[in-house]
Amino acid sequence: MTRKTLTAFLLGTSIFGLAGQAQAQDTTLTIESWRNDDLAIWQEKLIPAFEAKNPGIKVVFSPSAPTEYNAALNAKLDAGSAGDLITCRPFDASLELYDKGLLADLAGLAGMENFTDVAKSAWSTDDGAATFCVPMASVIHGFIYNKDAFAEVGVEVPKTEGEFFAALDKLKQDGTYIPMAMGTKDLWEAATMGYQNIGPSYWKGEEGRLALIKGEQKLTDPQWVEPFAALAKWKDYLGDGFEAQSYPDSQNLFTLGRAAIYPAGSWEISLFNTQADFEMGAFAPPVKAAGDTCYISDHNDIAIGLNANSPNADAAKTFLSWVASPEFATIYANALPGFFSLSSTPVEMEDALAQEFVSWRENCESTIRSTYQILSRGTPNLENETWVKSANVINGTETPEAAAAELQKGLASWYDPQK
Amino acid sequence: MAGERADRRPTRWHIAVFLAPAVLIYTAVMIIPLFGTLQLSLFSTVDNRQIFVGLKNFATLFGDERWADSFWNALWNNTWFFIVHMVVQNPIGVLLAALLSHPRLRFSAFYRTAIFVPTILSFVIVGFTWKLILSPLWGVAPELLDMIGLKHLFTPWLGKEDYALTTLGLISVWQFVGIPMMLIYAALLSIPEEILEAAECDGITGFSQFWKIQLPLILPAIGIISILTFVGNFNAFDLIYSAQGALAGPNYATDILGTFLYRTFFGFQLQIGDPNMGATIASIMFFIILAGVCLYLFAIQTRLRRYQF
Repeated sequence: MTRKTLTAFLLGTSIFGLAGQAQAQDTTLTIESWRNDDLAIWQEKLIPAFEAKNPGIKVVFSPSAPTEYNAALNAKLDAGSAGDLITCRPFDASLELYDKGLLADLAGLAGMENFTDVAKSAWSTDDGAATFCVPMASVIHGFIYNKDAFAEVGVEVPKTEGEFFAALDKLKQDGTYIPMAMGTKDLWEAATMGYQNIGPSYWKGEEGRLALIKGEQKLTDPQWVEPFAALAKWKDYLGDGFEAQSYPDSQNLFTLGRAAIYPAGSWEISLFNTQADFEMGAFAPPVKAAGDTCYISDHNDIAIGLNANSPNADAAKTFLSWVASPEFATIYANALPGFFSLSSTPVEMEDALAQEFVSWRENCESTIRSTYQILSRGTPNLENETWVKSANVINGTETPEAAAAELQKGLASWYDPQK
Repeated sequence: MAGERADRRPTRWHIAVFLAPAVLIYTAVMIIPLFGTLQLSLFSTVDNRQIFVGLKNFATLFGDERWADSFWNALWNNTWFFIVHMVVQNPIGVLLAALLSHPRLRFSAFYRTAIFVPTILSFVIVGFTWKLILSPLWGVAPELLDMIGLKHLFTPWLGKEDYALTTLGLISVWQFVGIPMMLIYAALLSIPEEILEAAECDGITGFSQFWKIQLPLILPAIGIISILTFVGNFNAFDLIYSAQGALAGPNYATDILGTFLYRTFFGFQLQIGDPNMGATIASIMFFIILAGVCLYLFAIQTRLRRYQF
């Protein structure tokens, strides 16, 4: 069965491949990406804008499913059939590709001076000597809420943890809306929208994250267990059968107006804008007590690099320089509100919800997801384990302490500073 | 004289020619990759180079606490998946075949087709359809249960550690019950009428006729089905992957050897793939299946009595 599908697939691609060659007079660049949601934006806005300025270079955006991207890309790169331009996951996934010589060093590329070291951190070697992808965007975590629902039930936008749970209680008592739309079926929601969303307020953002990398803090320390304890309380506010609720289910539940609060990443904004017909607002992850410093996860998420074996390296570099330009940043940030430019040049954005998210950068401390840099290099993989454990904690099948202890044990098994 | 004749006999090229396509294709797509996998499992990547490490990967898989936990969890889940099929799929297949071969059953062609259709569906379609049917939000399962007053029995099966794997097993049974049904149906049809008539003359009718005459005659078919189920289950991957994802949640409760292999070999999300450990798991899967098939061939099939009519 699978073999037949594969044969058909190979036949199909070889035919398309031939067709592609027959047409190609200009240099054609192919972009590998996991952002299949962005296909229209690339085809209608970004690629035409580039091609208008660079006649002779054609660009094809060829995305695959997000969860399959890393595996598919690695296989294609090993087989030498990957596209010229590679959309880069942050940190180790791309670093590994660079170390294997599959991504080219872009340190000298025109336009790279538009980015700060922090922006480039996710796509540089540990010593910062080489940068191998042009940073495109970061995403910010927070909560999106249904303004109509809040007004109807009479809930104020919460600022502290106490207010947050009070609001959830009130919504639950009222009963018109499911207080919070999240499921644990796909696991990553629990970790990304849950643990990494509220966590930085507890472990104090960069301070805790770097201490963990240095081995000065452990995942069993209170500041790392408390977010799990808070997540364990979420269980009561999720919809019926949240254990089998998948990520698209949660999105639909919120955009259909059946749920009041959605633990979000800013990448949801453009989809929600088109699907929800009520007014939406956003609030930052609540702090423990009024007046505490707030911390947000402002995570370097997406960049684009050059396949080291690309036959069209010069054309590809032209494209990458354009990606590094303010022009690209403006088109991209406005076409995809919620993907915030990492360029040092400020970008004007029109979307109100996106403005709300980005405004937190001014008075909150920014950090990136705790598990991404260095700590997910070994087996067991800390990020993937955090998915499983966060879901367990919300499902109530494992206590916060037990989950944290397991994570620490897994990390300590291969990461020397934590031994 | 005899020797001379043998010498003069022309080389029988046609045998080689007829065998060649199958041998070549099978060697290229099955045998070479198989040995490639076995070879890969004896190496390890150090500084981007493959280094021969002997059986060290196997030692890690069974000796390292975490690897061993994941492996035994996957193996047990796989065994349970197989048990569900053996206990549910094959008896139901036999039952359906027995019903279908009943001479007075009307519309049997329709039933036969209807029951067989899911078998030809893609795993992805089956996975998504059942995910939707069982969805606590938009699924029909909660509503149907509500209609007969059994709403309290509904739980989000695919999201609960205790039920998820059994649920997936039953979904797979639903999909594949057509195969044992067809094979046994064919075996039942090949039993000559005279034997059954002779049995009737001896006063063996109805259920005892099935039990004493037909069942022993279809035992070889049941044996073949069991071994097909065994191989299919221990190679399974698609349904779990499409319904539960590569992490086989919740809490690895639905992780079988196939998903464990996929995650290890290709990597998942931030986990970078490790082809060597992946090949090690694949080799173990191969040995498990090999052992199962050998056990069947030498211990069971040789003891099955066959009847020639």
